[in-house]
Amino acid sequence: MNITVRVWRQKNADDKGKMVTYGVENVSEHMSFLEMLDVLNEQLTLSGDDPIAFDHDCREGICGACGVVINGQAHGPQTTTTCQLHMRSFEDGAVIDIEPWRAGAFPVVKDLVVDRSAFDRIIQAGGFISAPTGSAPEANNLPVPKEDADHAFESATCIGCGACVAACPNGSGMLFTAAKITHLGLLPQGQPERDSRVIGMIEQHDHEGFGGCTNIGECTASCPKGIPLDTISRLNRDLLGALAKGKA
Amino acid sequence: MAVSGLIMLGYLLVHAYGNLKFFQGPEKFDSYLEGLDDILYPYLPHEGALWILRVVLVGALVVHVYAAITLWRRNKVAAGYVGNTRYQTKQNKTGYQRSYASFTMRWGGIILLLFIIGHVAQMLPNWLSPGGASDSKYERVVNGFELWWVVLLYTIGLVAVGFHLAHGFWSALTTLGQNHSSTRRSSRITAVSIGLAVLIAGGFLTVPFAIFFFGAGS
Repeated sequence: MNITVRVWRQKNADDKGKMVTYGVENVSEHMSFLEMLDVLNEQLTLSGDDPIAFDHDCREGICGACGVVINGQAHGPQTTTTCQLHMRSFEDGAVIDIEPWRAGAFPVVKDLVVDRSAFDRIIQAGGFISAPTGSAPEANNLPVPKEDADHAFESATCIGCGACVAACPNGSGMLFTAAKITHLGLLPQGQPERDSRVIGMIEQHDHEGFGGCTNIGECTASCPKGIPLDTISRLNRDLLGALAKGKA
Repeated sequence: MAVSGLIMLGYLLVHAYGNLKFFQGPEKFDSYLEGLDDILYPYLPHEGALWILRVVLVGALVVHVYAAITLWRRNKVAAGYVGNTRYQTKQNKTGYQRSYASFTMRWGGIILLLFIIGHVAQMLPNWLSPGGASDSKYERVVNGFELWWVVLLYTIGLVAVGFHLAHGFWSALTTLGQNHSSTRRSSRITAVSIGLAVLIAGGFLTVPFAIFFFGAGS
């Protein structure tokens, strides 16, 4: 298949940036989206142009490194990561717009690469538990109800790719933050820091310049891991509880 | 946003129910409205309850609008706009599943604010009376809603109320930590919100539609 791509090109953080059109010919429909970009980059390199910078690592859909906005949708038309999106999801002759995640808290570094270290700082502000060192405790000493374990695991599958922020019309990082709060808040190990976690993470989230949640639901719809929307309501419940106890 | 919104929603429910007294005829309707002045009398002074209600509602409205403007400004920066648009592409402007109600909260809210200001101005005794002033409030209602443009303006305002509530009630409960559904669509509260929106918008519209289309009260 032959396609046309319009890619956001931006030399560095200070450059204004613009959309540039390229043609890519003989694309196999079995190629992943990133492989198509690899082919395009080889073309650009051969013709002496600067290849398009984009983030990627495992290409198996589990690391969270890749992610671009394709035709206005974070990770494109399928509910998966960009690396697991295949060209068969597009039609022959399609014009595909590729842009970086857009958010005040995710400044563009180059082309399609954005700086997502704001997420790391949110995790540092409370996304952890204090565990004693030494040998592992007897697992059966700490029973966890199956339902809680399942919900916690579902939230723990968040790979921190940032699609929720890119899809959210408000540039809010609430689904990411809520996933970690739900994951740890449902497990017994997460209880000691439950109140300080939600307050610390929300304060950091706001400090980084992420927007406020207005419950649109685009985050959940774009999430390659399908983190459910009720995590946000659970975050709010934890926050109200912590505030009621005067923990702020 | 959530708490102030729910306060106003509570008022709307009572207000919509009260409006249906119109169908009991001029005497019952006018005496009902006069009776409102003496809620909890003599424990509260004449119009005491109404003034408490007015202060609470205006307070809720001010908080609601202030919060909306703060959120709007903050989110505009957070969304990382490039010039006037966020994404350059012209495809999928409404994302994956955004409902019409959810992305018209802001502009719909402005329509609502203008509607509320106009509506309250009409409630001042014989100050703004399209269709003709009268000492009977029942007659003023009938006079006003016999004009097509008054009915049209109220219809626009009330449809805006409906859309605002369809997303707003759902959103408020989610903000208060009461939503247990995995997606926007699967939520049981979604059905309740839409039901509530139809009930309130529809309930209010019965009176102007009955007057304009079926000649009620004339």
